[in-house]
Amino acid sequence: MLYREAGDFKTTYAADSQTFPIAFDRWRYWAVLAVAWLVIPFVIDDYWANAILVPFLIYSIAAIGLNILTGYCGQVSLGTGGFMAVGAYSVYKLMTAFPDVSMLIHVVLAGFITAAVGAAFGLPSLRIKGFYLAVATLAAQFFLVWLFNKVPWFYNYSASGQISAPERFVGGIAVTGAGTAPAAQYLICLFFVTLCALLARNLTRGSVGRKWMAIRDMDIAAEIIGVNPLTAKLSAFAVSSFFIGIAGALFFAVYLGAVEVGEAFGIQKSFLVLFMCIIGGLGSIFGSFAGAAFLVLLPVALKVLGVDLLGWPSSTVAHLQLVAVGALIMFFLIKEPHGLAQLWRIAKEKLRLWPFPY
Amino acid sequence: MSADILYTFEVVINGLMSGVLYALVALGFVLIFKASGIFNYAQGVMALFAALTLVGIMEGQVPFAHVINATFGTDIHTFGWTVPALLGIALTLVVMIVFAWMVHTFVFRHLVGQEPIILFMATIGLAYFLEGVGDLMWGSDIKTLDVGIPQGGSLWVENISAHLGGDDFYGFFIDKLDITASIVAAILVAGLIVFAQYTKQGRAMRAVADDHQAALSVGISLNFIWVLVWSLAGMVALVAGVMWGAKSGVQFSLSLIALKALPVLMLGGFTSIPGAIVGGLIIGVGEKLFEYTVGPMVGGATENWFAYVLALIFLVFRPQGLFGERIIERV
Repeated sequence: MLYREAGDFKTTYAADSQTFPIAFDRWRYWAVLAVAWLVIPFVIDDYWANAILVPFLIYSIAAIGLNILTGYCGQVSLGTGGFMAVGAYSVYKLMTAFPDVSMLIHVVLAGFITAAVGAAFGLPSLRIKGFYLAVATLAAQFFLVWLFNKVPWFYNYSASGQISAPERFVGGIAVTGAGTAPAAQYLICLFFVTLCALLARNLTRGSVGRKWMAIRDMDIAAEIIGVNPLTAKLSAFAVSSFFIGIAGALFFAVYLGAVEVGEAFGIQKSFLVLFMCIIGGLGSIFGSFAGAAFLVLLPVALKVLGVDLLGWPSSTVAHLQLVAVGALIMFFLIKEPHGLAQLWRIAKEKLRLWPFPY
Repeated sequence: MSADILYTFEVVINGLMSGVLYALVALGFVLIFKASGIFNYAQGVMALFAALTLVGIMEGQVPFAHVINATFGTDIHTFGWTVPALLGIALTLVVMIVFAWMVHTFVFRHLVGQEPIILFMATIGLAYFLEGVGDLMWGSDIKTLDVGIPQGGSLWVENISAHLGGDDFYGFFIDKLDITASIVAAILVAGLIVFAQYTKQGRAMRAVADDHQAALSVGISLNFIWVLVWSLAGMVALVAGVMWGAKSGVQFSLSLIALKALPVLMLGGFTSIPGAIVGGLIIGVGEKLFEYTVGPMVGGATENWFAYVLALIFLVFRPQGLFGERIIERV
């Protein structure tokens, strides 16, 4: 009844090519934004911020980033963890070197630094394709983690080899450090998520995104119709790394506060973000959110069920979680290789005809 | 000869030995990739699972003891018997074959015809699943695996080689385990080649690797061949698991050797058995030499990434690997 194009007249080109052509979608979008910005900050508490919302937001950014590279441009990357580490370490160096500059600028700058590193590691993609490329990105993952472990300059010669975020403010409110309010943590992440999602959505709708998709669908054919593979692939690597760098910076500065690189940004992180993209749906911004939400909520749900309700030891539940994640991935790939986003699309198609399907 | 050169020589030999172990894991990858086009990330976890199962069977552990104890409040851990190594290996092999059948029937049969990347993701899922199951079944503590393989430095090699250098050279240090592993690997590869070349099933396997449809049309059962290939990969995983497990204990890090096998594959090419072996040796020697020569200058632990960077640089010049089939793209 509500969800259809009929009766929603477009009178300008701008209205015709807007992101959400259906009125109900627009309302839903504004409603989600309103709840996220105006309701949640006032009711959020420490547990919700640290266990669910902040990791969800940060992983969403990372998943959007990887989705641009893997879902839209078709280049599989297993170096996400390494690139997140670049974001984290650049924001750390920036924070300690320029304490008076706003945190927001630092995070964006960290994104740009990661973009440069990502583009450099994307260079082999011009020669190498498919699995060979996926394995080649592992070189980035292991090399970067090793680099941050071994070169003391990156962690300011601290004795433990860890980096920990000093207290920094945005508009007089602490957003990093020990005394940060949950709402402040949440809001700064939300700010970047909103920006990144907007940017990603519009990039993928525009000519850049179309070039990426042409490369993904068939690179040789794309080259023949005039897509420059060099700029298309490298821009995908750069933009993707930009998002991943922001995610890494927030993950370190806002969420964890102190980080040991091998532990926080190891190969497991690369796989985790990749799974988010797959479960959510490759080539979909909504899918990145859905996948991130799913994989953030799953361990929490399993822990509540296993440890709190059934009283199992937490190590058993952790193993069970591996089994569940693995089984779910296989299940999803068999039943719906296009992920949660595809279920959502099917639901929308059905909704359009409801209540009178032919 | 001066001691420096001899020690470099020792590093090379040890590199070759560890390269053999990488090659063992890479071999499992190549088998499955050739026959079914599946890039099996779970190979390393299969090695871990096989080693865990072997230890569990030999020590008579009760499978899923932790879960059973947690659910029913019981306190059982072992059956109270031990199983000799050979019988244990045979039983583990049976487990791996059952596992191969299950993997094929429940997962990959439903994914036939999907894009390679989807299949790859599915094997990552499989790796997680199997790792969780392994931990649930046998517990996640570090276990020692003793199937009677000799260990420790070989005195014989040390004594023979000691007189090669001057006073400051004490002979080569080579682990007996590595020597055994090399011999076992050689036997395994020879066995696989004989199997593939001279038996009926081996021929069918190669036919499937060449062309699925053509193989199907001359009456070869794809299902059977795929189960067979997964079983063979399970067997290779068992051998690799036993060797690595005896070397460094059966623990989670065993599954990470799969990651080390990836650059080996890239060097050797995904479709070539000799490539897997040569690639393994190159990586093994390369990373040991690099760690020995350059490592101390940059803070060590270069083994973590050297193999990948080497493979990456190599691939830029030869994208299909050393022995891989030429990549021909059709539009």
